Amino acid sequence: MSESLSKIAKEGLWSNNIVFSQSIALCPLLAVTGTTANGLGMGLATTAVLMVCNLLISYARRLIPPEIRIPVFVALIAMVVTLVDMAMNAWLHELHKVLGLFIPLIVTNCAILGRAEAYASRKPPVYALFDGLMMGLGFTLALVVLGAAREVTGSGTLFANASLLLGQGFAWLETTVVPEYRGFLLMALPPGGFLMLGFILAGKRMLDKRLARVPAGAAALERPLAENL
Amino acid sequence: MIVPNRETLRQFAAVQWQKLRRQFDDLDALRQRLDYQTYFLAACALAASLALGVGDLITKGAIERRQAEDLRATLGQVLPEALYDNDVLANPQWIPSRGEETGLDRTEIFVARKGGEVTAVAFRMLAQGGYAGALTLMLGVDRDGKILGVRVISHAETPGLGDKVETSKSGWILGFDGRSLGNTPAQGWRVKKDGGDFDQFAGATITPRAVVKGVEGGLKFFERHRQELLGATD
Repeated sequence: MSESLSKIAKEGLWSNNIVFSQSIALCPLLAVTGTTANGLGMGLATTAVLMVCNLLISYARRLIPPEIRIPVFVALIAMVVTLVDMAMNAWLHELHKVLGLFIPLIVTNCAILGRAEAYASRKPPVYALFDGLMMGLGFTLALVVLGAAREVTGSGTLFANASLLLGQGFAWLETTVVPEYRGFLLMALPPGGFLMLGFILAGKRMLDKRLARVPAGAAALERPLAENL
Repeated sequence: MIVPNRETLRQFAAVQWQKLRRQFDDLDALRQRLDYQTYFLAACALAASLALGVGDLITKGAIERRQAEDLRATLGQVLPEALYDNDVLANPQWIPSRGEETGLDRTEIFVARKGGEVTAVAFRMLAQGGYAGALTLMLGVDRDGKILGVRVISHAETPGLGDKVETSKSGWILGFDGRSLGNTPAQGWRVKKDGGDFDQFAGATITPRAVVKGVEGGLKFFERHRQELLGATD
């Protein structure tokens, strides 16, 4: 396996990011990113599901006949999501009260089936696990960035209720960015999520373009040298 | 009767096992076979159900405890602690209420007692007609039919508009405290826009309207069952 772990990390977090590049899994994305803390919780739950599913599917990849792979994947994903739902309800109850409605929806998150189909069913377990971690973290990144942008513009706070998610030790994260903010309702509603996502995607494209220009110039400079050798 | 020799049995099992093992040597051929695919799918379904069963067994107790804690916390908000010395959660009463204002087929009544005498009751009900479906309310009512407290337990109203019915967002719902069918006429049980006593929210009239109507219905339900509830003994 020649593929390096750093390439997987780069793809998951940036160049093949589930939200920013593949533009899938937008339903949970828009539903929970009203606040940063909710986004973070949903992202971590999805990451856990993605890692476990990738690992299991990768282990069984040689046993799964291609004709029945989709029902097998779906049964597996549904099982893992339900287990996560039950575990969160039992041991992370406060968070479950906030996210409860959205956890079962992870089943319908096409990104998980997508990774199972496109990656985990073809690669060895270690790589599949790492891919699940990186894709999950990339998704979490997208959720947190969008959640933060919507929370600051919508209600002027950042990481409100983070202590519900991370425990009282993280209460210091809860900040009011704009004091005495009257609130901008549009950003708390799904249309605001779409708008903000559009701005973020445009920003990412711009950044990619700028980054691409620099290495291209550097590569052109190095080429004659390599030929000389 | 044939008594199977233990040694022959063992040999038979070993041969069968070897056969099974050999089939897994050529996975590519195995995957093509219809019977293998059938068994594989069945095994997957079985394994998933088994895992879910085990998961349920492990988490069931903890989930029930958490839900009881939630219920206790909400009850504490609608029933002042000074009013009771019994365990309100211990013996809930079930009243058949199909077609009545609570919107439930059976309504669970939590009875608060002090010195053996019923001082107040609390019950869950559905307030119909919210912007996004029914809202679940917890209503605390004292002996005389006066509201001790109302809380919205769950709802799907628009964040930023209809969610002001939550105590964490605004104090609107505290405006019901002390109200009763006696001290507020039927005309008063409406939002101000409809000529009643209760404020609506800027941009959201439907949610408060549903809650006001729901609470009034809850009080009517209490009046109808008052004798039955206050005479309640263990």
